[in-house]
Amino acid sequence: MERFIQNILKILNTYGSSLWLGVKTTLFVALTGTLIGLVLGLIVGGIRAIKLDYNASKASKASKKAIDILLNIYIAIFRGTPMMVQALFIYYLLLDYIHWTYLQAAVVVISINTGAYMAEIVRSGIQAVDVGQSEAARSLGMSNWQTMMNVILPQAIKNAFPAIGNEFIVNIKDSSVLMIISITELMFQAKSIAGSTFLFTETYFIEAIIYLILTSIAAIILNMIEKRMNQTKVSLPQSVTAPENIAYAVEKENIGGNSDYASR
Amino acid sequence: MPLVNIKNIHKKFGDLEVLKGVDFSVEEGEVVCLIGRSGSGKSTLLRCINMLEQPDEGSIEVFGEDIVHTKDINAYRAKVGMCFQQFNLFNNMNVLENCVRPQVKILKTPKEEARNRALLFLDKVGMQDFANASVNKISGGQKQRVAIARSLCMEPKLMLFDEPTSALDPEMVQEVLSVMKELAKEGLTMIVVTHEMNFARDVADRVVFMDGGVIVEEGTPEEMFTNPQNEVTKAFLSTY
Ligand SMILES: Nc1ncnc2c1ncn2[C@@H]1O[C@H](COP(=O)(O)OP(=O)(O)OP(=O)(O)O)[C@@H](O)[C@H]1O
Ligand SMILES: [Mg+2]
Repeated sequence: MERFIQNILKILNTYGSSLWLGVKTTLFVALTGTLIGLVLGLIVGGIRAIKLDYNASKASKASKKAIDILLNIYIAIFRGTPMMVQALFIYYLLLDYIHWTYLQAAVVVISINTGAYMAEIVRSGIQAVDVGQSEAARSLGMSNWQTMMNVILPQAIKNAFPAIGNEFIVNIKDSSVLMIISITELMFQAKSIAGSTFLFTETYFIEAIIYLILTSIAAIILNMIEKRMNQTKVSLPQSVTAPENIAYAVEKENIGGNSDYASR
Repeated sequence: MPLVNIKNIHKKFGDLEVLKGVDFSVEEGEVVCLIGRSGSGKSTLLRCINMLEQPDEGSIEVFGEDIVHTKDINAYRAKVGMCFQQFNLFNNMNVLENCVRPQVKILKTPKEEARNRALLFLDKVGMQDFANASVNKISGGQKQRVAIARSLCMEPKLMLFDEPTSALDPEMVQEVLSVMKELAKEGLTMIVVTHEMNFARDVADRVVFMDGGVIVEEGTPEEMFTNPQNEVTKAFLSTY
């Protein structure tokens, strides 16, 4: 036991800066991947949720259908294959055309991957918005697009916030598979440290603790943001006059989000 | 020429024929109350007037325009206000923003002007003091009055009401009805689906009774409430 602790201290002492680099890279990749993924998810989820007007032309109805099919294929592929495979494939596929760095490739892959999950999250967030909201918007004369941007998406994002935040936590952990394309994230760093010290147990123990700290801090921050959002405005289904917390719980259940941030 | 002129519209949901050939017209400045049993097609008829539902057959002309085939449905809808049973205020905006945003986005009104107009109409419905309130913090009656103000900000030439007081606690019904009465007095053209027979009697110029997807009988409130001709109308009104 004493030896274990001594070894840990030794590793921290000698390799502290490479672990710190690992933490920074992991957080950078997870955060940019989640944010870009969210933007992708909003675009994809928003497009899929738009129902064309009854008087839309045949051509626009056909192209909407084609776009929907393409988007569904994107979602199916990126949710249905391991991110490790996606990383390797996309990195080598494009290496000849764009001479990108490992880090650039990692950010692109995790963003596209997250986007596919976010699209589904956004979709259920949109479905949880009362149809009366869009009917009111349309009856006032808002276009599909205006309704989406002004009324539906703001509420959908709020509804889906727990699930969106969860993606960030998932990405902190899952970015570890991107070590396969040699970015200096936490997993990669730990593996090299273990390789040169031969202190496998100690190194991976440290790594696990660091991941646990990162995900816990992220969960606390997300919870604080969520509480804040609910304090200012609660989006209740309008017909409900029950106490707000009950109604809100029901609404969150609808979209399968929950506040106990956990992995998918 | 009537402001609203509907000829022989039919509407099916799947196999269920909800409107079975309705002819209906409304003159400018008229207040028409639509009454009838649940499921008789009142809401569907009302929703066809701003194309929230599309009729399968028949024609609808409003403001002299064929709205079934119009190119710009949004420009048309901007001229027709609608109030819903469930109010449908935008949950992501406060009271004032609910009234400002549609003007800015749809009518391209400058923000400052939109704000002033919003405050004017919020004042008219007695909700100016709540301009900065969250829409979840006000009562049902207050929500419906804000919803009316939101519509009025668009300066509609026609207002549609679908059971605006049915979701309200009894003590809040009057505050909404009195706002509507005021609008009727000012000469706004209104079509009101309602179960408030006293309102229909006092305010309507004409009462229209629907049953089974057709208009069974219509007339002045006087004729309809004191001397209905049709047996079904009699049976319906005797339940009030
Ligand atoms: N979108 C829809 N899809 C399927 N059926 C519908 C739809 N909207 C209405 N219906 C059905 O059409 C019938 C007429 O509905 P409508 O809402 O017009 O009646 P109503 O006279 O307004 O009744 P109420 O007083 O209950 O509001 C009902 O049987 C209803 O279930
Ligand atoms: Mg109805």
